[in-house]
This record gives sequence, C-alpha cells and structure tokens, in this order.
Amino acid sequence: MSGKPRLVYINGRGRMEPIRWLLAAAGVEFEEKFVETKEQLEKLVKDGDLLFHQLPMVEIDGMKMVQTRAILSYIAGKYNLYGKDLKERALIDMYVEGITDLMQMVMMLPFSPAEAKAKNLASIEEKATKRYFPVFEKVLKQHGQDFLVGNRFSWADVQLLEVILAVEEKIPAVLSGFPQLQAFKTKMSNVPTIKKFLQPGSARKPPPDDNYVATVMSIFNLN
Amino acid sequence: MSGKPRLHYVNARGRMEPIRWLLAAAGVEVYGDLLFQQVPMVEIDGMKMVQTRAILSYIAGKYNLYGKDLKERALIDMYVEGLADLNELITSNFFQPADKKEEHLATVMDKATTRYFPVYEKVLKGHGQDFLVGNKLSRADVQLLEIILLVEESKPDILAKFPLLQSFKAKTSNIPNIKKFLQPGSQRKLPIQEKDIPRLMQIFH
Repeated sequence: MSGKPRLVYINGRGRMEPIRWLLAAAGVEFEEKFVETKEQLEKLVKDGDLLFHQLPMVEIDGMKMVQTRAILSYIAGKYNLYGKDLKERALIDMYVEGITDLMQMVMMLPFSPAEAKAKNLASIEEKATKRYFPVFEKVLKQHGQDFLVGNRFSWADVQLLEVILAVEEKIPAVLSGFPQLQAFKTKMSNVPTIKKFLQPGSARKPPPDDNYVATVMSIFNLN
Repeated sequence: MSGKPRLHYVNARGRMEPIRWLLAAAGVEVYGDLLFQQVPMVEIDGMKMVQTRAILSYIAGKYNLYGKDLKERALIDMYVEGLADLNELITSNFFQPADKKEEHLATVMDKATTRYFPVYEKVLKGHGQDFLVGNKLSRADVQLLEIILLVEESKPDILAKFPLLQSFKAKTSNIPNIKKFLQPGSQRKLPIQEKDIPRLMQIFH
C-alpha cells in the first residue's frame, strides 16, 4: 500500500471532481481506481466497501470514506484549508455550501433531457450572475484581500475557482460583470499547486460528454 | 440583543428542524420566529448564518457535539450525511403527486431498512457503546434519533428488526435536554400536514 489516498469513482468529473481539486490544491498526490461497469460497482457494495452503497469513495488514512462533503471536510481539516477557528470555518462552510448548490446544477446539466437543456443552462446563468457570484464579488471587494476567508488560502477559494471555470465552460462571458472574481480567478489559477492541476496530464477530468453520460446511466442503472 | 440564537424560517419543520434538534440537545434556548425567509437563517454569535449544513456544523463545533479529533469528525460527518440523504428522501414524499405517493413511500421505507438503518445498527453492535462515535453524545446521535422518529411517523414498526436502534432510541430520548425537547410545548415542530402542503409549495417552489 502506497499511503496515498485512493479515489474510487467513474473516470469523469461527477461528484469526485471537487475532491480531486482539493487534494491537488493541498499538494497531495493520489491514486485513482475507475469503476467502469455495473458489476464492478455491485462487487464494491457486496464486499462492504461502500457504507451507503454509493460512490464516491476515498481510501484515506485507513478509512474508506464516503459522502462527498465528509471527505472534503476531512481533507480541508487535515491540510489546514479550513480556517483558523470556528467562525472562519462557519464562513468557509457557508460559502462552500452555496457554491455546491451552483455546482450541482452544472453537474446535472448533461443529464437533462434534450428539450430541457437550454432552459437549465439559462437557469445556471441566472443563478450564477444574480445569486451566487454577487456574494463572492462583494466579499472580495469588502476586505480587499486575495482569499475569501481570513486572508489565507482555504477550501472555499479552491471550490470557487472550480465552479467559475465549470460555468465558464458553458457560458464563457459569465464573469463579465465581476471584476473582483476575474482577478480572483487569475490569482488562484497561479497558485503553484493549482497551476499544476490546470495543466494537461494532471488528474483533472475533462468536461462531461455523451460517453460519460452513457457510462453513468449504465453503471447506476438510471436508464 | 439577548444573545440567544434567533431562528428565521416558516413555522414548520423543513430544513430548520435538524437545527432545532441540535440546539435543543445542546441545551441552548432560542427565540422562535415566524418571520419567513427563503432559506433557514440563524442569527448566532453576531453572524447571520445561512445554509443548513454550515449552521449545524457551527452549533456542533461550538457545543462539543462534533467528536474529539479529525477522525471522529470524519465518522460523524459520514453518518450525518447518510441521515441527511434519508431525510431528503422522506420529506420529498410530501411533494410527490398524489398517485405516486404510496409507491414512493414504499421505496423510501425500503431504503431505510436495507441501506441506512443497518449501518447504524452495525456501528452500535460493533462497539457496544451507547453513542455512535467516541462513546460520547454527538450530533450524529441527535440526528439519528430525529430520523428514527420521523420514519416511525410513517411506519411505526420500522425498527422491528433493529434491536440496538430500539435501545438507542430509548436511551437517547431520555437524555434530559432531548427528553425536554420531545415534550409538548417545546420548539419541536409537528409533522407536515396535508393541509400545509399547498402553502409550503407556494413558499418553496
């Protein structure tokens, strides 16, 4: 056993991508085991590896962790990306939860029926530009610091960069009304661990395509 | 300002209920407030907190209901997230179309007994302690009791095959703060009634 965390998921973004981002941002190398068939998933369930019979699962520090938020919280805590006290944690948690709500919409988009896709995309644009991005624009403007919380790099910064890039893939001009977020995007992209993750050959997964959607549908029996 | 946390929500369970439970378990008095907000909002320690999970994490951390170290936190988080998934499944039943409700409820009860409750029964059996994590009351215990009682409202015999969950339920219900919360007159909210659904749909959809 290598001692590196081992990520068990499909070969695609989905619910594992924020975990890949956070580990990479923390400078932690990890391994991945890709689940490719329903039978492989069933075997993991049968072997008792998945607490609630679901993925993502991350083997880390002797634990088989499940539940995306639990995994992210553990990584953030372990690698000092969770603020310096309870109150900074509270801010980070609030920001991360808001970002997760937006990210969820982006994640589900490829699974929309064809006739709903345009509507769902418009909904993402609206929520991003009216509900979520204004909050972070204001936070950055008010304290004038590079990072969202405590003048220090945290989980919230990683997750905000991730969602900005994910939304931009669908709506390239989405940051046009948000100068603070534009500067934030540039600065965070240049944090060395993140810069490395953004380069080809990293563990970052490409945007979901039809092949990915078909794989997910067949493994999780969503047909 | 009095210093007591102040809850803003509709006068119903919904997403505020786990917060009421956790504050009650910690012995924290609150102002109830009938003021409507779009999401739960809790004024606490000079912050206006939103996002249910963020609020619950803060309360748990502040009142020592979150384990003693990172690894205990990790276990608590996993257990709590599983319970949150089950909670979501149950509450979504109220918003199913009438002709789909019964079938949906049967699916939910099946998940409760084959996916979720066995996990907690096994945890309790494994260490033989009264509490899920670290031999000490944590938010995971509070949330498990809340969910057990919620599921029982739909299916009173749901714990028939889970003897350890039955004794967990009895013991945890007798913890003084929780016992008080379970009595009439507390801030615990009643089950969502059929007649409330149109009003709630209007507010949340």
